[in-house]
Amino acid sequence: MNAPLKHDPHKTSFYITDALYEEIIADFSNWQRDDLVIQDLAERDLFRSLLEHEARLLDQDRLEDWLTLFTPECVYWLPSTPNGGDPRKEIAITFDDRRRLEDRVYRLRTGYAWSQKPKSRTVRLVTNVEVFDTGRADVRMVRSNVMIAEFRGFETRCLYAWCGHRYVKQDGKWMIAARQLNLIDCDQCIRNPSIVL
Amino acid sequence: MLEKTSDLIRTAYLSPPYDYDQLVQRDRVHQLIYTDPAIFTAEMTHIFGAVWVYLAHESQIPKNDDFITAKLGLRPIIVLRDNKGKIRALYNRCTHRGTTLCRLEKGNSNVFRCPYHGWTFNNDGSIRNVPWPDGYANDVTETRFNAAQVPRVESYRGFIFGTLNMDMPPLEEYLGGIKGPLDEWLDRHPGGKVAICEANRLKYNGNWKLAYDNSCDGYHVVFSHRSLLDMENRLVAEGDKGMSYYKGRPDEAPMYMKYFGHGHHYKDKRPNMEIKPGAMWAVESPHPGMEHYEAELRRMLGDRAPEALDLASSEPVNINIFPNLSILGNHLQVFEPLSVNETNAIWYGTAVVDDEGVWGDALPLINALRMRTQEGFPNFGEVDDLANFEEIQRGLAAFEDEWVYMHRGMDIPGRTVDLGEGVLKAPATDEMFMREYIQYWKRLMQTEPNVQIKREP
Repeated sequence: MNAPLKHDPHKTSFYITDALYEEIIADFSNWQRDDLVIQDLAERDLFRSLLEHEARLLDQDRLEDWLTLFTPECVYWLPSTPNGGDPRKEIAITFDDRRRLEDRVYRLRTGYAWSQKPKSRTVRLVTNVEVFDTGRADVRMVRSNVMIAEFRGFETRCLYAWCGHRYVKQDGKWMIAARQLNLIDCDQCIRNPSIVL
Repeated sequence: MLEKTSDLIRTAYLSPPYDYDQLVQRDRVHQLIYTDPAIFTAEMTHIFGAVWVYLAHESQIPKNDDFITAKLGLRPIIVLRDNKGKIRALYNRCTHRGTTLCRLEKGNSNVFRCPYHGWTFNNDGSIRNVPWPDGYANDVTETRFNAAQVPRVESYRGFIFGTLNMDMPPLEEYLGGIKGPLDEWLDRHPGGKVAICEANRLKYNGNWKLAYDNSCDGYHVVFSHRSLLDMENRLVAEGDKGMSYYKGRPDEAPMYMKYFGHGHHYKDKRPNMEIKPGAMWAVESPHPGMEHYEAELRRMLGDRAPEALDLASSEPVNINIFPNLSILGNHLQVFEPLSVNETNAIWYGTAVVDDEGVWGDALPLINALRMRTQEGFPNFGEVDDLANFEEIQRGLAAFEDEWVYMHRGMDIPGRTVDLGEGVLKAPATDEMFMREYIQYWKRLMQTEPNVQIKREP
């Protein structure tokens, strides 16, 4: 897992392959089983604090710091259907690799991203955290519910979602390998989805 | 059986008493056409009730009894393939109390049963039965209780359109010259067709025409989309990715726009590129999986790989079919007016279908790549346009400053070229297409359409 990468994922995208898509689809299918919920409160608290930290970085517009939470070869996935679907056959709201995630942050920093000029102010509430065993000590799946209150321009709105995080332990640190954000209205028309959700 | 609307409907929905020649002038339009709720209400009949409106794509209802729900202007409709295979657009409204019959976005069913009192309709619109019919003095299965439907539904190469206007010429005549670009767009795909596959669904607080005004606009690109262009070129030295051909002096570039009549227009940016397989792929900006899938396709296909990669690329054309369909790159963008200042802009993705097996095992790879290329623009480009449309709507609230201009390129000798048969050609950043389509809009607003609905048989 920690072997040196053959290609630089900041610049090229060799790791988004059929095998990776299949792995991601499998990882995000049938994982929220009652019998896999980890009952240890200390472990739940650990992941809860990771999620709260992530939410704070986004709320404070510390997007560059937020990017460091991900593994080099990560996935950031917002399905456009409630069941997730197969991203090879369907458009997602977005299915970002490392480079596109950095593109996203780069664009917001250009000063010319009019959909974020003025910038939104957000408060994220992350709740209902459950940690799921994956059969591997160095991999955890975490479900949370998310409310994003977003003020921009003249009004405040709320976006609602549940989030699935796939955490892997690399060099003793839990990193986000894949993050699937499921807006409850992901298959409906959404106004100005330009912040990092 | 056709039914003409009554005078009650005409009073409520026909055009308000404006002098449209004042509202729409040669070089400018009045802000009221974007802000007046009465004009919006009239548009739902004079525009969306009068011309051929895009409803759905045949790939969304491939089998008999398949249906999807859609809209004709504000009218809720069910577009379906009935049990004999005929494509119809039923009004999604029970003839009893007006309840919508179908609340699902898609499915397969040969009947629709109203959830409120159980009136049941066949999918050709005819009424099948009602509960306890002996409680009615007369037969409630007579024709007037059959579901209403759009009287004219026609397809052109998979694109389903409908109109309520009995005086509209047939669909192909209405499409006219825009069929040329549409044919070319389809014919670059195996079998000359595509399939719809999910969508990037967006909305904005602004009038629907702001999106149509923008659909062929080459003037806004380097300004509204500056963050996109900067982003797409951040990793390359040459700076030729995406729509970079708009930088510098875009009017001197070989790209052009054409106006075809009936409000349809076209931007062709392909001449900016070399005419050879792989040219589109060469300017494609970075997308997830790009390098891996390119390498795989080159390994599998050898000399044919550039052609396959072009199928995964966004084709540099804008094909705008008045009033609600805009084919951009590989997307079908559909505009849905919701109110005078609220519009859905739905970017349906399209996939390559390959019934003949031209691409064999390479097809899923082409589509996997094509899905990712299609997510780029809605995420990083369209959001900024929509923000600008919202800011126009906000600006127009300064209502004594009455005029909105669209006169770029006008009255410059030789700038707009008349190609005959109603086709005009102009440089990429001109607003010629806006002036032309809004004149067509004006004529429609000045004319009462012959609106009728149909009930089987």
